[in-house]
Amino acid sequence: MILAALVGAGLGVSGAALQGLFRNPLADPSLIGVSSGAAFAVALSVLLGLTSGAVFIQPLVAFVGGLVLTLGIYAFSRSAGRVQMATMLLVGIAVNALLASAISFILSLSDDGALRDIVYWILGSLGGSVWDYAVTAGPLILIAIFVLVRQAGALNLLTLGDAEARHLGVRVERSQFIIVTAAALATGAGVAVAGVVGFVGLVAPHLVRLVVGPDHRSLIPASAVSGAILVLGADLGARTIFAPAELPLGVVTAVIGTPVFLYLIHRARRSLAMGGW
Amino acid sequence: MTTNEPVLRGEGLTVRVEDKTLLGRASVGVRGGELLGVVGPNGAGKTTLLKALSGDAELAEGTVYIDDRPLSDFGARELARRRAVMPQSSYLPFLFTARDVVRMGRAPWEGERGESEHGAKLTDYAMSLTDTRDYAVRAYPTLSGGEQSRVTLARVLAQETPILLIDEPTAHLDLRHQHLVLQLARELASEGAAVVAVLHDLNLAAMYTDSSVVLHRGAVVASGDSEEALHPDVLSPVFGIEFLLQPHPELERPMLVPLPASVSHDRG
Repeated sequence: MILAALVGAGLGVSGAALQGLFRNPLADPSLIGVSSGAAFAVALSVLLGLTSGAVFIQPLVAFVGGLVLTLGIYAFSRSAGRVQMATMLLVGIAVNALLASAISFILSLSDDGALRDIVYWILGSLGGSVWDYAVTAGPLILIAIFVLVRQAGALNLLTLGDAEARHLGVRVERSQFIIVTAAALATGAGVAVAGVVGFVGLVAPHLVRLVVGPDHRSLIPASAVSGAILVLGADLGARTIFAPAELPLGVVTAVIGTPVFLYLIHRARRSLAMGGW
Repeated sequence: MTTNEPVLRGEGLTVRVEDKTLLGRASVGVRGGELLGVVGPNGAGKTTLLKALSGDAELAEGTVYIDDRPLSDFGARELARRRAVMPQSSYLPFLFTARDVVRMGRAPWEGERGESEHGAKLTDYAMSLTDTRDYAVRAYPTLSGGEQSRVTLARVLAQETPILLIDEPTAHLDLRHQHLVLQLARELASEGAAVVAVLHDLNLAAMYTDSSVVLHRGAVVASGDSEEALHPDVLSPVFGIEFLLQPHPELERPMLVPLPASVSHDRG
């Protein structure tokens, strides 16, 4: 329970922060490569037979894989000391596509046992979670949330544009790096223990934006709450709908998330037509 | 009440993108109390010059100084308290209200004593100066281009800086608001601010500025008192069109009347 709430809070906050940073309401924590980096690292380690043994190896591999890929994308998008967020978005999309193929390729090489391991991990689950996971991932997620809450003022100014934020006294490059790293930490720690849980990072901020408005000083904390509720609900659904069988968490979040998201778009289409969220 | 030394000056500013020189060895300075216009045809480097002065463009050569200190010496917040920049257009994807946006101009002053009241007061004041109070609670992305640029100007005014760089503040504005904005710039200057404005309309420049920089193909071809710099002898070759200089019927300011090619040929 606690773990589900923490994972959801981390995803919600990362989504809210990245949507602000990229000035794009469709941004999602997976765009910066955390999820695909983690999934690829896990798939590769399973294929190579590296995950047998300690219960912590797989989350660790996922966490490191996600973080390394995100920072790689960030570094690649850097030129002349400045990072174009639009470039980073494009690089992220391209790398995500490449890694999706690479994971498919690994799956095609895997035997039945490995296949099942990888697919189940990717689909996400809190079923196998142990208290130790909450103790390790929890503090990382909480620290990342704390850091992102402190960046809320800068995020407001960054939605005006990088140059505009700089003119208003934001140390833009520093803020960008902090936000990307913290989002990668929160998402990476969540993905490491729960697998790839989609849609929460995208939907959670939108849900609260309707209620509290676009100001990140309230949006970020509220996204933590809505993300936590979403994942708690999804986890509950995953365990009970077909009990005793457990549905993959990622499937449940997608099944819940897609209609919610479509409903939001339906409701927001008037303001969208006028040009903003 | 102009001061003698420029508070903002650029020396030998050169901006290149790959092999193309957008701005070549341009030197400009603006003093406190002075409204400096930057004019020139499309692609002459007006916006590039402003970006060079604001530190947004990477300089191949040259240095920008504020109060004789190089720009790179300033911390981000310190600079934001000295100088505000109004961009040509501000896209905003989220539904912040117009007032939220103007209030963002107070960001560099956050944490100062009494800022929450002073900031709120200044936000309202800036909005009434720019004639934007009527839509304070409307969402910024739903405003028209002209309304958005006046809200952006209000944000820049709320920043309360002694140096202002404004890029085509009149671009989307109707006639009344074009003059309102330049009167504002004029007033800021008379209160001691140093204002640099990129202007498309030569007559607005002639009517309101103290001094002008005329740009052509990335180079400064004239600078100094507007009466001298904005002279047909300077402007005709730059803009490729003849001008007639006339006194303004009411003001002690010159007016530039453009002459279409057919008319000027007949005269020639």
